[in-house]
Amino acid sequence: MMDLLGPSGWAAIMLSLRVAVVAMICALPLAIGAAYLLARKRFFGRQLLNGIVHLPLVLPPVVTGYLLLVTFGKQGPIGSFLEQVFGISLGFRWTGAALAAAVMAFPLMVRAIRLGIEAVDPGLEDAAATLGASRTRVFMTVTLPLILPSILAGAVLGFAKALGEFGATITFVAAIPGQTQTIPSAIYGLLQVPGSEPAVLGLVTVAIILAMGALLISEWLSHRMARRVGR
Amino acid sequence: MLRICVQKTQGQFGLDVDINAPAGVTAIFGRSGSGKTTLVNAIAGLSRPDSGKIVVGETVLFDSAARVNLPPPLRRVGYVFQDARLFPHMSVRRNLTYGGDHDAAHVIDILGLEPLLDRRPAGLSGGERQRVALGRALMCDPQILLMDEPLAALDAPRKAEILPYFERLRDETRVPIIYVSHDVSEVARLATTLVVLDEGKVAISGPVGQVLSSPEVVPLLGTRTAGAVIVTRVAGRFLDDDLTELQFSGGRLLMPGQFGEIGQSLRIRIPAQDVILAREAPTGMSALNVLPVTITEVRPGRGPGVAVGLRAGDDQLLARVTRRSAGRMELAVGQQIYAIIKATAVGPEDIGG
Repeated sequence: MMDLLGPSGWAAIMLSLRVAVVAMICALPLAIGAAYLLARKRFFGRQLLNGIVHLPLVLPPVVTGYLLLVTFGKQGPIGSFLEQVFGISLGFRWTGAALAAAVMAFPLMVRAIRLGIEAVDPGLEDAAATLGASRTRVFMTVTLPLILPSILAGAVLGFAKALGEFGATITFVAAIPGQTQTIPSAIYGLLQVPGSEPAVLGLVTVAIILAMGALLISEWLSHRMARRVGR
Repeated sequence: MLRICVQKTQGQFGLDVDINAPAGVTAIFGRSGSGKTTLVNAIAGLSRPDSGKIVVGETVLFDSAARVNLPPPLRRVGYVFQDARLFPHMSVRRNLTYGGDHDAAHVIDILGLEPLLDRRPAGLSGGERQRVALGRALMCDPQILLMDEPLAALDAPRKAEILPYFERLRDETRVPIIYVSHDVSEVARLATTLVVLDEGKVAISGPVGQVLSSPEVVPLLGTRTAGAVIVTRVAGRFLDDDLTELQFSGGRLLMPGQFGEIGQSLRIRIPAQDVILAREAPTGMSALNVLPVTITEVRPGRGPGVAVGLRAGDDQLLARVTRRSAGRMELAVGQQIYAIIKATAVGPEDIGG
């Protein structure tokens, strides 16, 4: 297996894992916040927020990648700002791949978490408030524990999506081996080279194992949590 | 203790009340849609009135003129919801202490919660859930307790199981209680003051005995549920006949079964439709209880019935007869007649401490 994948194959796997984990962890708090706003609050511009959140789901990934390139690239307004002020460079770096993966995974995470929040009886939050709990305490002690299973579902969905992201990533940060070449772009690259079928097979197998593993872990965790919240 | 004067419009419905609730249990009674829940939610701060003022003791909870609107966590209002609303992911113990652990040992004792402490809400019966919800509200040391139809979701045996706990609570704590209900026998057992809401307005209010025995309340409560509440004392027992003798200012009543201790004070509710009127002292009939009474009010209803207010000693009773009987008997205010109460008319749910 080691030989089958080769050093560039291994680099792609490790990079993919790093990109997917970072993307998922960074997007999760924002996704919880957006899901909470959309599920519970009525405010001006709610439909607009809903549209923006869902945009990466419905746009062609190439378009999302292009938009990232013109805003977060070296010449882009946000990209040049980040580079000058914080020294963070996203263009053609693995951080850029993580950003692209996070943006593409975001709507899926928000949808899963929002469903969970909508399933929590607001009456429980009212009850906690009458018992003297501040909004923060109500969220931390009542809402959050009750939506943990759906947060987990959102996280796994986001992780899987980030792991498989191809279109936006390759448009935004290309596929530089060891830098931005994730599993999907490595497979795509290998398919262009005659005689690389064994290496493709190796990467495909790894992709399947990672996806199945994530799914099984999440099933097991959500089962435990569901028991904990008394459902 | 509690002054609540609020106005709120919700679509077609308008709430406009001005209520003074003294210490003790104030029951808010009314049909569904009469504004009861809107009213208690306004006290708890869960819904905001359009205008008005809510004051508990010395604390102003809401005052539209002074722009005061305390958020729910600062109101120190204990709220027991109809559906209990226990936190499903916490044990009973953690539910109880969520808002504080004021007087915890005593609360656990009067509500009999000790055996439930380590259990989860999902495994509790409806009655147990309501006891936990009540304990949880009490442990945050509320200035006032709101109970929104806490027994409505329970069947009759569960109600009978939990009512004595409520009576004990009423007698052992000083917290004023607002008790929302649409069940007359619950109100009759628990309340000291009664406020009847009708379409968002106070239709009638006052001490519970006075309101329930007032003929004008009959159409509001429904002709089958109206009935006076009197406070009696257990005076004796007849074991051979399985009867209990109750004494009150208007005379004595014999009720089937053995209940209470000798000398204990009991409230009983006498449904108006089970009181029969007679001009002369009846003889040769099966009813055990015949009381001399004076007519205080004769009030025709919309249907075929007439509500008759009666005074027996210092207590008020209420009877409901047909318009035809009232006409034939020439019932008039001030007349001395006899009220006949069948011993079996008063059910066990109508007898309370």
